[in-house]
Amino acid sequence: MRCFIGIDLGSTTTKAVVLDESCQTLGRGITNSRSNYDTAAAVSKQEALINARFTLLRRELSGLPGIEETLESDLASLERAFRQVQFLDQLDDLEATCRHGATHARFLTQKDGIEAALSEVFRRLRDEAGRMFVPRAQKKSDFFRDLAGSRFISLAEGVSKELKVNFEVLTNLYDKAIIEVENRPPSGAIDKKFLAALETIRAKGAKSFDSPEVAARVRQALSLPLEEVYVVGTGYGRVRLPFPKEHIRSEILCHGLGAHLMYEGTRTVLDIGGQDTKAIQVDGDGIVENFQMNDRCAAGCGRYLGYIADEMQLGLHEIGPLAMKSTRNLRINSTCTVFAGAELRDRLALGDKREDVLAGLHRAIILRAMSIISRSGGIRDQFTFTGGVAKNEAAVRELRKLVKENYGEVTININPDSIYTGALGAAAFAQRAANA
Amino acid sequence: MTAADIVKEPSMLKQKEMIAHNYDLLTSAEARGQKVASTFVPGNLNELIRCFGLLNNLPEINAIQNGMRQLSGDYILEAEKRGHSEDVCTYVKADLGMMAKGNLAPNGKPLPKPDVLLLSYTGCFTFMKWFELVREQYQCPTIMLQVPYQGDGQITQNMRDYIVKQLKEEVIPTLEKVSGVKFDIDRLREHLAASAKAEDDLVWVLETGKLKPSPIDAYFGGVYYIGPIFTAFRGTQDAIDYYRLLRQEIEARIAAGLGPITPEGTMAKQKYRLVVEGPPNWTSFRELWKMFYDEGAVVVASTYTKVGGTYDLGFRHDPNHPLESLADYCLGCYTNRNLPQRVDLLQKYLTEYEADGLLINSIKSCNSFSAGQLMMMRTLERRTGKPGAFIETDLVDPRYFSAANVKNRLESYFQMIDQKRKVAATTGVHA
Repeated sequence: MRCFIGIDLGSTTTKAVVLDESCQTLGRGITNSRSNYDTAAAVSKQEALINARFTLLRRELSGLPGIEETLESDLASLERAFRQVQFLDQLDDLEATCRHGATHARFLTQKDGIEAALSEVFRRLRDEAGRMFVPRAQKKSDFFRDLAGSRFISLAEGVSKELKVNFEVLTNLYDKAIIEVENRPPSGAIDKKFLAALETIRAKGAKSFDSPEVAARVRQALSLPLEEVYVVGTGYGRVRLPFPKEHIRSEILCHGLGAHLMYEGTRTVLDIGGQDTKAIQVDGDGIVENFQMNDRCAAGCGRYLGYIADEMQLGLHEIGPLAMKSTRNLRINSTCTVFAGAELRDRLALGDKREDVLAGLHRAIILRAMSIISRSGGIRDQFTFTGGVAKNEAAVRELRKLVKENYGEVTININPDSIYTGALGAAAFAQRAANA
Repeated sequence: MTAADIVKEPSMLKQKEMIAHNYDLLTSAEARGQKVASTFVPGNLNELIRCFGLLNNLPEINAIQNGMRQLSGDYILEAEKRGHSEDVCTYVKADLGMMAKGNLAPNGKPLPKPDVLLLSYTGCFTFMKWFELVREQYQCPTIMLQVPYQGDGQITQNMRDYIVKQLKEEVIPTLEKVSGVKFDIDRLREHLAASAKAEDDLVWVLETGKLKPSPIDAYFGGVYYIGPIFTAFRGTQDAIDYYRLLRQEIEARIAAGLGPITPEGTMAKQKYRLVVEGPPNWTSFRELWKMFYDEGAVVVASTYTKVGGTYDLGFRHDPNHPLESLADYCLGCYTNRNLPQRVDLLQKYLTEYEADGLLINSIKSCNSFSAGQLMMMRTLERRTGKPGAFIETDLVDPRYFSAANVKNRLESYFQMIDQKRKVAATTGVHA
């Protein structure tokens, strides 16, 4: 099957989208950008290709008699089982890397203790892994570093006390190992992991995959070669991609086209990413007519919220919901990340509530975006909001308010997959380039 | 690329020698007993200054030199330490910082204390404040020539008379007093005749940007081409010789079908023809230029090359009307023109130079240039149908140049032009 791939190397995350010949999305993949863009690109692409296999499976099996009832839940189980296999695989790699680190001469005197502690921590991690992949499990992140990291530290703390091993030594070994592990794409053949996952869910009683006909179709979907016809890279890290120049597109153009493909009526796009905010005007074909972005300073970008979350010792995903609880309009003047930090502490010291301060900060970031939008030519119907910040409900609430105040009733599109907008545009450029 | 690899043409070497010689004259002025005037580029009265045997020291040129030599950052910090805020024009801070740190010229010797400050006010408000600060330091005579702003977009006889009156009653008598030299109008006529000769060749050079391929880059290359005429050399034989040499070189490039010369040799492909508004960034000048020529973008016309005179609109210094032509020169400088005039000029460039679009380099610390630029861009997009884009940098503050950000915008802009071309090719509709 001919595939067209777009990769968006952002400052925080790297996204990939795989399109088929008819420009339908086959798969999406995301990973943290790390310090190594090549790996981030490879991992996100691999993730998107894995996701594409699930789409192919769904296409093969949809409408087959007898499995209509069970298919969706069994496919969801298959995905969880697959993720678990993948997680355990990476956990093996992490353990081996930690053990290798422990062979260093400076650990010689504590060698046995460290080895025993690592064995115990990883045993417990594997035991827990099942619980991470049950239906509706609450996960703070989908990235291996975050999943394994937070549990490793927590388990290592207990084990170090029990076995009287220095906790710092364990965390040091982990810190070094995780960088190595995340900088090599997960090893092992993907189809083998799929088959292992299939076995797991069959053993647990998944019905959909039992009949010989279904099994044949599953094999068909898993073995269909996915030919990477053309790959286009975009995003801040695009110049680091090992691609020839014609395979690289500006993220402004990719976001414009991606937003157009998600919502054909799009005329204005706002993208608030990790380190930049872009306002883009597109025509009826998704072609960029004008754009503005933040200048030298990243004030008012996604990182600003990250910084605020750190200042308040909250997770990035927690600040939006907390700000939604605000009952009072509090004006925060500064979108300068550093000044806002000072203003935040000042406000809290004066007794203002955290949720009100947070709501004010969200308003400040959106005000800044509104200024960039107006410089690009204002908002025209329809208006599509993309980027990581589009997932933040408090930011969206403020945006809706300000759009209404300044531009009246405008259709505002926010796609749940908006984080993939740039990668989608890049994949569409890949498809166009290949068929030109 | 090493310094040795950079291609230098004879005109470049000549200009380099001229500048070095001028700095040598300036730094030895006190010892030789020669007097020095400080003045700014737009509206500078070089021919008049020369009539009194004065040397001309241009503070913005010193700031630019220091920007290109990576010294301005330290100077700006020094000025900030002394109480000049972050948003002040960075030419001013680079100059004040340089004065505070020994006032060294590129030849490593201290620049002289000015004997007179001659401010010809042509639209930049900051120049006034700058000289106030310099005056405070040197306590020297200051002349302010009030040039009326072209608020209504035209030069009236009244405006001209007002300037001529000031030249006669204020500027010339003060320069006579400072220099001890009596004003000789025939000497002025000679300098003006020399200016006009060089100006003819400069205009010829700048207008070759209309050719395809363009043999010049009218922004990055253009700032070198305007060097002698905008600074201490207008009205001299050196300037005449420089422009003659430059013209011959460009004639040869045209004959050979060659594009502009860049620090990495002749630019091969010309994919995009741009008009640029706004001053360049000096601290990352090469890096910014590379972002253009690597992508095949050539600047065919720019407004910055008109800050020291809009010769391409027909103005020439005129020996037959010496004081009136100095007045007209000051009134016509780009910074003294109102926004509609600037828009009209840019529109003329976009059309006559057959450009693909307009790029604005908006300068963070220069309100005089930046105010109204977005509006100008919108108007021009509407009038010409050609796309505009905005980059934001600074004059000489290295902290305000974000290469990734600028590159991102430029690449997006170039690809936007590509996309528009593709659409035009398929629909037959041309922008």
